[in-house]
Amino acid sequence: MSIRLRLDKPWRPLAADEIARLPGQLGVYQVADAAGAILYIGQAGARAPFGLRSELQREQKERGDGCQFRVEVNQQYRTRWFELLMVHQADHGSLPPDNAKNPPPLGRLSPN
Amino acid sequence: MDFEPSEEQQMLIDQVRRFVREEIIPLEAQLDPDASELDPADHARLVEKTKAMGLFGIDIPKEYGGPDIDIVTRVLLAIEMAQHRAGLYVPCYGTFGGAGLAQIFEANEDQKERYLYPTLRGEKKAFFGLTEPSGGSDPARAIQTKAERRENGWVLNGAKLYISNADRAQYGIVFARTDASKGRAGITCFIIDSDTPGFHVRRVVHTLRSSHYATELEFKDCWVSDHQVLGEVNKGFAVANDRLTRQRIPYAAGCIGVAIAAHEMAIEWAKMRTTFGEKLANRQAVQWMLVDNEIDIRTARHFTLEAAEKARRGLPFKIEASIAKLTASEGGGRVVDRSMQIHGGMGMTKDLPLERWYREMRIRRVGEGPSEVQRMVIAREILGSNLR
Repeated sequence: MSIRLRLDKPWRPLAADEIARLPGQLGVYQVADAAGAILYIGQAGARAPFGLRSELQREQKERGDGCQFRVEVNQQYRTRWFELLMVHQADHGSLPPDNAKNPPPLGRLSPN
Repeated sequence: MDFEPSEEQQMLIDQVRRFVREEIIPLEAQLDPDASELDPADHARLVEKTKAMGLFGIDIPKEYGGPDIDIVTRVLLAIEMAQHRAGLYVPCYGTFGGAGLAQIFEANEDQKERYLYPTLRGEKKAFFGLTEPSGGSDPARAIQTKAERRENGWVLNGAKLYISNADRAQYGIVFARTDASKGRAGITCFIIDSDTPGFHVRRVVHTLRSSHYATELEFKDCWVSDHQVLGEVNKGFAVANDRLTRQRIPYAAGCIGVAIAAHEMAIEWAKMRTTFGEKLANRQAVQWMLVDNEIDIRTARHFTLEAAEKARRGLPFKIEASIAKLTASEGGGRVVDRSMQIHGGMGMTKDLPLERWYREMRIRRVGEGPSEVQRMVIAREILGSNLR
């Protein structure tokens, strides 16, 4: 069984009630604008007190209404985060705008 | 053989131990538990410190500008460098320099100018491309990547798997079959620039080592000139074998370092923790676990230093390197496992480094030649070369 390279779950509104249903687990997430353009790819690491829920609550507080999100529970949150960033860069030629402000050291990936 | 450190070795050990405790561990405490990189500014600052200590480029031979440190001392220092959360795979976050398996000291002068010297100066990074989807333990038979002669050069087609750093490196050394009829005598080692057309890093491979990924590579009509052959055509297996044998000694040392750190944590916890009105340290079940830890560590340390001492003297050390790798990776795994057991629930959490060591130590029984291959090497040695 192969792992999906891209995160392609349906978008959900970045709203308090949606976020409250998230698990407190480790993982990765994407935040997009209302049209579905990815603004940021993030990770919920072991320092986030309630994992994905804490991280998305912080995103909602900082961004306000009108955005969307999707998550993936993943114990390998760091390597998956790097992978999603590299795949986005390969697909779009650049990082999502909010990752590009402070880019982590990334490699080159040319996915099929 | 006397493995007690000399006065000079002890001074270096103390120096590295202080560096780990005073510089690395405080910074690490602020990072994600699975992090494998320091902030670039911190990294640069610590590299200056290791240079000031005279220990930067610790694996680099003296004739190439490295510090004049023999392999026994190197092992003693590697044991110290591994004693922190990320220490098994990124000892001291790479602040002591080095190029690992991809150091190409057998390169010709032109290749040294283009690859080796920039790598030793820290300007280029390299990867080591041996393992393939068809297997890694038996490279002589498993290598299916082909290199065919064409237009004053070679065209590579095939795939590599579980390759670290290939997406970030400027070049790599890649093993390909150049003569299908000759088994291990039909493999050649090539230096491949990462921007060569036809070279692709296709995907990230996620493993237990969630701090750092491996990659899968594809070579699709990837043409390289004759100047990119490392060593001689059809003699690449010796290059791989030499790397893997030499690497087993420091690889074992890293396992010992982590085992010592886990064992020290377990001792401290056992003396402190009270259950049912008694310190854990007073319970025989816990005492025996700690004794078994001590035996595993001492055994691995003895065999690893024995292998290093033989290598230092220029004696054959293949069997000793296999015994060292085997005892350190298997014993180290047991030590971390027992230390987690002594810590109870806390041992399972990411609050402590034990869970990361547990996952990463498991890989060590497979990486750089699995335990079964080490046993096979030892069996061949003691039973004779006719063993099939």
